[in-house]
Amino acid sequence: MSLERFINQAVSSWMSEEGPDSDIVLSSRIRLARNFENYKFPTLFSHEEAQSIILKMEEILRESNFTKFGQMELLKIDDIQPLQKRVLVEKHLISPNLAEDSPYGAVLLTENEEVSIMINEEDHIRIQCLFPGLQLTEALEAANEVDDWLESHIHFGFDEKHGYLTSCPTNVGTGLRASVMMHLPGLMLTQQINRIIPAINQLGLVVRGIYGEGSEALGNIFQISNQITLGKSEEDICRDLKGVVSQLISQERSAREALRKTSNIQLEDRVFRSYGVLSNCRIIETKEAAKCLSDVRLGIDMGYIDHLPKNILNELMILTQPGFLQQYAGGHLRANERDIRRAALIRERIKMESDKR
Amino acid sequence: MICQECNQRPAALHFTKIINGEKTEVNLCEKCAQEKGEMFMINGGSGFTFNNLLAGLLNIDPTVQKQNQNTFHQEEVLQCNKCSMTFPQFIKVGRFGCAHCYETFKEQLPPVLRRLHSGNWSHSGKIPKRIGGSIHLKKQVENLKNELKELIQQEEFEKAAKIRDEIRTLEKELPSSSKGGE
Repeated sequence: MSLERFINQAVSSWMSEEGPDSDIVLSSRIRLARNFENYKFPTLFSHEEAQSIILKMEEILRESNFTKFGQMELLKIDDIQPLQKRVLVEKHLISPNLAEDSPYGAVLLTENEEVSIMINEEDHIRIQCLFPGLQLTEALEAANEVDDWLESHIHFGFDEKHGYLTSCPTNVGTGLRASVMMHLPGLMLTQQINRIIPAINQLGLVVRGIYGEGSEALGNIFQISNQITLGKSEEDICRDLKGVVSQLISQERSAREALRKTSNIQLEDRVFRSYGVLSNCRIIETKEAAKCLSDVRLGIDMGYIDHLPKNILNELMILTQPGFLQQYAGGHLRANERDIRRAALIRERIKMESDKR
Repeated sequence: MICQECNQRPAALHFTKIINGEKTEVNLCEKCAQEKGEMFMINGGSGFTFNNLLAGLLNIDPTVQKQNQNTFHQEEVLQCNKCSMTFPQFIKVGRFGCAHCYETFKEQLPPVLRRLHSGNWSHSGKIPKRIGGSIHLKKQVENLKNELKELIQQEEFEKAAKIRDEIRTLEKELPSSSKGGE
């Protein structure tokens, strides 16, 4: 398959489109946890209950014409090939849990993959909406619409005091997890991030990076999400998160400007060295790829590099993961083979853009 | 970041512990975390789940244990009659068996929920449309009453009078069964 065709098929809308503040915010996601009334939660439910939940969802899909977000398709986890499952996980459309440990799992996907509904994961239903850039309000609105649609067909477990009843008490109430993925190289380079993360934690929000040595987030990407789901309204949760994210955006921007003033040439050197690595490497591991992609993305945002699209970081971070690499290669790859394939894919992708100029 | 326990190895686990509303930042390396029993490592140490962490927090918490001892029927283990989940089981796995567990364990839940949700234990978000009607009104009235209290404290009597009228109008719409004070 040609790279261009592969990318067109592989890239979801959140990766290919640009959203507000997309120089720093990669994506915004809303997740709502819901459960069928009078059914045991997935930790304890019977085979019959699990099946009847899937049947009910199939029936809803057949009988109602909810096409606001495009046609939806229901895929049963059991019917999906292992490699394909892995790809869905890497695209954040299903959780690793659903892929591996949910024998009765299924997922409802819209064509553009903006909306995905996981069935029989930790809760019976998990509605997810994923938007590019900082669009928490928009994502919440979309999730609410999907929720209203399902709610007109299903009685969800709810009580006045505890709100939406979920399998885990950490989700009860709104069942809402709002999260924003941010690219924060400026705060990392100026070493401000270690001071900021504890402050954010104090506000009832969680910051996650993919920690490697020295607690560095892979590719300087951080995910910030709410911890509290009870006692605050959905709008308040999103507003609070958005407030902190906006603060972080402005701090990241000033860090970048400070870097431009104090160490412009060093920064430019770093960016172009990484660009050099990505466009010439023959073997590259995930960690180095993530670091270089982060540098190049920063270089695009700061105007040093003008011939690559901004979303190249999101896209390649996803496409160079094991599932995608193997799908592109058309079969199983060992770790060292993946490093070679990864290098080739990145090189080709960069060349593809350079050729377009 | 360096592990706060051994001050040698890099910290691999970072989390906030909230006990009785008091938050503490915890940064530990895997070895110290295991030794301290702060969490259960799963998948051969590749990660941990919030549920395990929750179970850990609840197990070591003296208030939960004390409450259990103080109940009238000390030997009787609280068990959900819909899914058979017991309270000790819930503490162990950190997950409920079914929605009815919330009703079964309602006496035990407020401290648990407060600990997890920064002191909150009652829902104030979306309400499903099918049961919406009177709950929506009740919530609205509740919110307005809170607003009224604040306005009176701030001696904003003109605004307070408006809110009071609004509450009266809304209360007329409430079905008689759900009226009544708190």
